[in-house]
Amino acid sequence: MMSNSVLQIRDLRVTFNTQLGELKAVRGIDVDVEPGQILGVVGESGSGKSVSFLAAMGLLPKSATISGSVKLDGEELIGAKRKAIRSVRGKSLAMVFQDPLSALNPVHRVGDQIVEMIQSHQDINTHDAEKKAVELLEIVGIPQPDERARQYPHEFSGGMRQRVVIAMAIANNPKVLIADEPTTALDVTVQAQILEVIQRVQQTFGTAVVLITHDLGVIARVADSVNVMYAGRNVESGSVQSIFDHPSHPYTRGLLSSLPHEGIERLQPIAGFPPNMLAPPSGCGFAPRCQHATESCNVSLPPLTPYDDLFTSCICADELRIGRVS
Amino acid sequence: MNSQTDALLSVRNLVKNFELRASSGIRKTKRIVQAVAEVSFDVKVGQTLGLVGESGSGKTTVGRSILQLIQPTSGEVIFEGQDLTKMSFEQLREVRKQMQIVFQDPFASLDPKMTVGSSISEPLVVQGVSGNHEEKVAELLDLVGLASDHAKRFPHEFSGGQRQRVGIARALALDQKLIVLDEPVSALDVSIQAGVVNLFADLQKRLGMSYIFIAHDLSVVRHIADQVAVMYLGKIVEIGDKDAVYRNPTHPYTKALLSAVPLPDPKVERSRHRIMLEGDVPSPVNPPTGCRFRTRCWKATDLCASEEPQLVVRSAGQQSACHFPE
Repeated sequence: MMSNSVLQIRDLRVTFNTQLGELKAVRGIDVDVEPGQILGVVGESGSGKSVSFLAAMGLLPKSATISGSVKLDGEELIGAKRKAIRSVRGKSLAMVFQDPLSALNPVHRVGDQIVEMIQSHQDINTHDAEKKAVELLEIVGIPQPDERARQYPHEFSGGMRQRVVIAMAIANNPKVLIADEPTTALDVTVQAQILEVIQRVQQTFGTAVVLITHDLGVIARVADSVNVMYAGRNVESGSVQSIFDHPSHPYTRGLLSSLPHEGIERLQPIAGFPPNMLAPPSGCGFAPRCQHATESCNVSLPPLTPYDDLFTSCICADELRIGRVS
Repeated sequence: MNSQTDALLSVRNLVKNFELRASSGIRKTKRIVQAVAEVSFDVKVGQTLGLVGESGSGKTTVGRSILQLIQPTSGEVIFEGQDLTKMSFEQLREVRKQMQIVFQDPFASLDPKMTVGSSISEPLVVQGVSGNHEEKVAELLDLVGLASDHAKRFPHEFSGGQRQRVGIARALALDQKLIVLDEPVSALDVSIQAGVVNLFADLQKRLGMSYIFIAHDLSVVRHIADQVAVMYLGKIVEIGDKDAVYRNPTHPYTKALLSAVPLPDPKVERSRHRIMLEGDVPSPVNPPTGCRFRTRCWKATDLCASEEPQLVVRSAGQQSACHFPE
């Protein structure tokens, strides 16, 4: 998994300077987003999944110290001039957030907001941009796009607003669309519609999608490959089938078996709770909650090691894979 | 549902209207939102009724109307043979010793300036229970899997999962017979959620209370409930034994809702037939005539617009309200 990825992240680290000290939100992650693929990024709150991609977008506040490399089509974004980042953001790299209402300006018609998005990156007259905005609304499944383009955000339902935000995000045909919990605020029947829109965008335009979510069901439905994050690091990555069929990191295994499914009497929680990132464990971040942890886990971090079809950062992965321990 | 002798709680024809005052220009208009419309069900001793539905379905309003935290517009709430809606404030206070509620947000439901111990013992003080409260608090903390010396700490010292356990300990302070759980695990990460769900099950086994478990997460409800009621726009559209409702849903909405839930299994997710509902839930200010689901239903005919379907027994222990059941 190298070379031809459209978005390549290497050893990304993000530290926030807070009153309580340095909060190490992201502690060295590598990500490869393949063209036209959906990469699911899963993890609990505080695992660093959102922060990683906000850093890639150049959207973190000044209190954040960022190091490492984020390359979009070979172009380095970390440390790049603000002007250079502005020409990428919203054009080849676009983002959709959890709350569509705060992503839209309440006093402008949605059509105009899409037009603004198009014209800030393309040399195109207003008439043509307006036509394109209506087309985009149609692509994301908004009925009567002509009329709807002239309406304001408050006239749209939650699901329809998220469609508008997606239309804005794809207005300049981005290479990568980052969707951060795009369906978490929506009802389950509306979530199904929005996931379908995201898949349609990916299939129609060949857009690569990074889907950040805590919902393993959403991952199972749409992702091609998966990164599992814990305590600011990637603990496991691989194809969606391999992650669900033979998860080899104790955290991934714990996460999957903590979900309710038909026929089980008792759920299996993961003991303990996530570490305080002001003072993260020096070894494996999951070690304090891991039933397989040994002395060495508290000291050193095992690197992501390739197994058949996935990468795992655990010294027990071999034994977990052959089923000697559960 | 006929009232059976072992019903702890019987809700009959519960209605809750909210008045909306909107001023458009100089004219004041009064509109009525029927949040809950003629809802009836029973909760048996020691059992759990799951109340599921999307936002705006009225499930939370039902929960609060039962406890008389909001005054129902009409209908009966019969708890151990007594109608709570006809009781005076003093009488209600007596009955409230036996019923409690646990809220969704463990950060908002605890007073940040009170130690956890005084939060837990507050119901004992309010109800004038004599005896050693400290001992009781220690006992309650132990019951929910926390240590007795946690009593001296403040809410900010706890994680989300622990705070929810504190909320549960408080709800158990007075030997409740009925606890309304309003989205009690939605704010928690999945690995933590499993432990809290197990705690509910253990407590019920030990103490024999009944639960009304309100949630939008259908897989959690399937795990914990004995009976399930599916609500849509203020109405129960289907109610019955959990296995019957989940295995053989007879209302089109139940069927669509179940098919929209993403399951954590890529093979199943990508092969199963999914019912895509169009649009969002209509506004409860102006619900559709006849069957409220008809605007999104693929089976709807003229009959559905003119005549409201009533709950009809489909199989033993399962009822649904549809002219064209599955």
